Amino acid sequence: MTIVGPILLASVMILPIWLAMREHEPDQKIVVVDDTNLFRDSISQSKNIRFVYTEDSFDSAYKNLGKTDYTGLLYIPKNILSGGRAIELFYKEQPGITAEEYIKSNIQKMIYNYMLQKDSVDLNTIRNAEQKSTIQLTTKKVDKNGMAEDTNTGTLTFVGFGFGLLVYMFIFLYGAQVMRGIIEEKTSRIVEVIISSVRPFQLMMGKIIGIALVGLTQFLLWLVLTFSISTIAQNALLGDMKVDMKKKEVIREDVFGKKTDLAALKMDKQLRDTSKLDEVFDRFSTIDFVSIILCFLFYFLAGYLMYGALFAAIGSAVDAETDTQQFMLPITIPLVLSFVMAQYIVQEPNGSIAFWFSIIPLTSPVVMMVRLPFGVPPWELALSMSMLVLGFIGTTWLAARIYRTGILMYGKKVSYKELWKWLFYKG
Amino acid sequence: MELFSAKNIVKRYASHTALDDVTISISKQSVFGLLGPNGAGKTSLIRIMNQITGPDSGELFFEGQKLNPEHISQIGYLPEERGLYKKMEVGEQALYLAQLKGMSRAEAMQKLKVWFEKFEITAWWKKKVEELSKGMQQKVQFIVTVLHEPKLLILDEPFSGFDPINANIIKNEILRLKANGSTILLSTHNMGSVEELCDDIALLNKSKKILDGSVKEIRKTFRTNTYEIEFSGNMMGFTNAMWAGAQLLDQEQDGELNKVRIKLLGNNTTNDLLQAVMRVSQVHGLREIVPTMNDIFISKVGEGNATVSQTSLTE
Repeated sequence: MTIVGPILLASVMILPIWLAMREHEPDQKIVVVDDTNLFRDSISQSKNIRFVYTEDSFDSAYKNLGKTDYTGLLYIPKNILSGGRAIELFYKEQPGITAEEYIKSNIQKMIYNYMLQKDSVDLNTIRNAEQKSTIQLTTKKVDKNGMAEDTNTGTLTFVGFGFGLLVYMFIFLYGAQVMRGIIEEKTSRIVEVIISSVRPFQLMMGKIIGIALVGLTQFLLWLVLTFSISTIAQNALLGDMKVDMKKKEVIREDVFGKKTDLAALKMDKQLRDTSKLDEVFDRFSTIDFVSIILCFLFYFLAGYLMYGALFAAIGSAVDAETDTQQFMLPITIPLVLSFVMAQYIVQEPNGSIAFWFSIIPLTSPVVMMVRLPFGVPPWELALSMSMLVLGFIGTTWLAARIYRTGILMYGKKVSYKELWKWLFYKG
Repeated sequence: MELFSAKNIVKRYASHTALDDVTISISKQSVFGLLGPNGAGKTSLIRIMNQITGPDSGELFFEGQKLNPEHISQIGYLPEERGLYKKMEVGEQALYLAQLKGMSRAEAMQKLKVWFEKFEITAWWKKKVEELSKGMQQKVQFIVTVLHEPKLLILDEPFSGFDPINANIIKNEILRLKANGSTILLSTHNMGSVEELCDDIALLNKSKKILDGSVKEIRKTFRTNTYEIEFSGNMMGFTNAMWAGAQLLDQEQDGELNKVRIKLLGNNTTNDLLQAVMRVSQVHGLREIVPTMNDIFISKVGEGNATVSQTSLTE
């Protein structure tokens, strides 16, 4: 899972982008019956769609469709220009959305141009205006000293959410592992053997720390693997795209010409996609990943230590995993809550809700990670961290007292009242 | 010489008292039997001896010193409810448990090889524990307990789960360990093994110690002057001849051979009896029936329980 995980993660990120950029539809050969006589030779061939014009009337072309090797028939009725019937595409094999869009936007553009020209509007003026009206909104963060930072809210949200989710997942995953391990030691009775050699506290902490190290190792491995895979993939796939770009540069000129070259139009869209991706990767690089990752390490470890101790206490109190349900709920509620709150926190990262939830030890690991990309005042960070440290010291103390009684106790149906009593048993 | 002692141990749990002023003393290089019905307090006492829990009051001494954590490496413990990590390899786990007791890895490795060979389980070194049968797992557990050559070995029901052959192996190991200088505390319900192995015992019932001493002495104390005689001849004649000297408890006839169990009365000795019956029968064998530990156990514990129920009746 340690190796497969990053591969899965990287592919989940890269694959959809890659697939979206590819064309992978069946080859089409479409016969066009154009009653308006406007589009003769105008619809350009795309990579896998060929348009063939015919002088036949619609009825005869339609009747003959089955006998020919055309995959479809495109009928442009005469009254299309006056807002009449729709264009109809009759097909033998489903053409796919891209083909449909292609045809539709193609025809639309041509009608558009035709209409403009009919009213003597210069196409070039239009194109000019269109180009100039495409803008980008850049957001910049201004700090105390009035220095502007180039950021992108969308990216920050993504990063915040991402790390919040990671902390949430890791704490849950490894906390549960602690619990399961302790239950296994109880049911297999190995604990009876070990407990004569080590103190219960040592056994409990040993398990918690051991699993923490497993979690850290796995996280670091994920980090390295995901990074290298996406870098490789990025260069491999987008490197390809960049080469393609150069080739089609020439055709691009015609986009503004009379013949609307839709292959180029589409490629334009691709260009825009890649540059968007580039931009995204750029934005990522402006975020201070180093400090975020350092904070992640702290919050993961400290949050895990805190919750892990609680999970350890539960594990020691029950006899089987099925009995853990009643205790799991109150422990997991703050954790789940903090994750649910994340979507509100990203909208108001410095509001009072965000502040309090990032200070209280039970919710701070997730919430603080969500807040971090948006910037957190150092004193708040320090407060949150120290509270969390106190938190895990407290829960460890609590857990130790429950653990040392619980691991040797079998058969008793444990309730909260019972656990409370255990806190005060003598060693 | 005393190796270990526990004096006036009291242990109370929330709902009941587990140990009520229990004192035991274990001599060096002996096998000490800790006996008692379920719930008597044996496990509590053993846990206290292993420093898993502490007593509410009382003291424990190991080789004259107050019992402290340093002694852990000199005590070996095989719990009644015992287990191993299922998914771990046998050899690796044995090494780990040995190291927990303070052995170095190299030393543990070397000694384990010897033990594994002795028990003929060398082939199991790389296997996962869950692949072993129960008997095999128990063998591994036994080895791990004795590996660090502890001065005091505490075995709680060591024979449970073993077939007769393996139980015999364990028994011989216990005797061998004793001969090599170890002291062993054996907690068991298997009275046969008590008679075969134990030098001294302590019997607990309902959190109190109700009997202790050497096995030989105890059996002697519980002697009821019962004898078994094999003879050929007339049964009626025999019993008449015994008449006032002994009480007939049981008789059995097997063809020509008769067997009786009798109890000598008063100050009569076996010689007196023999003289009386020799006249009317051919005596083939005479032996004393010494009460078994089983009998003693049942009688002492039963007596204790009876007293309790008696008391509750009269209240």
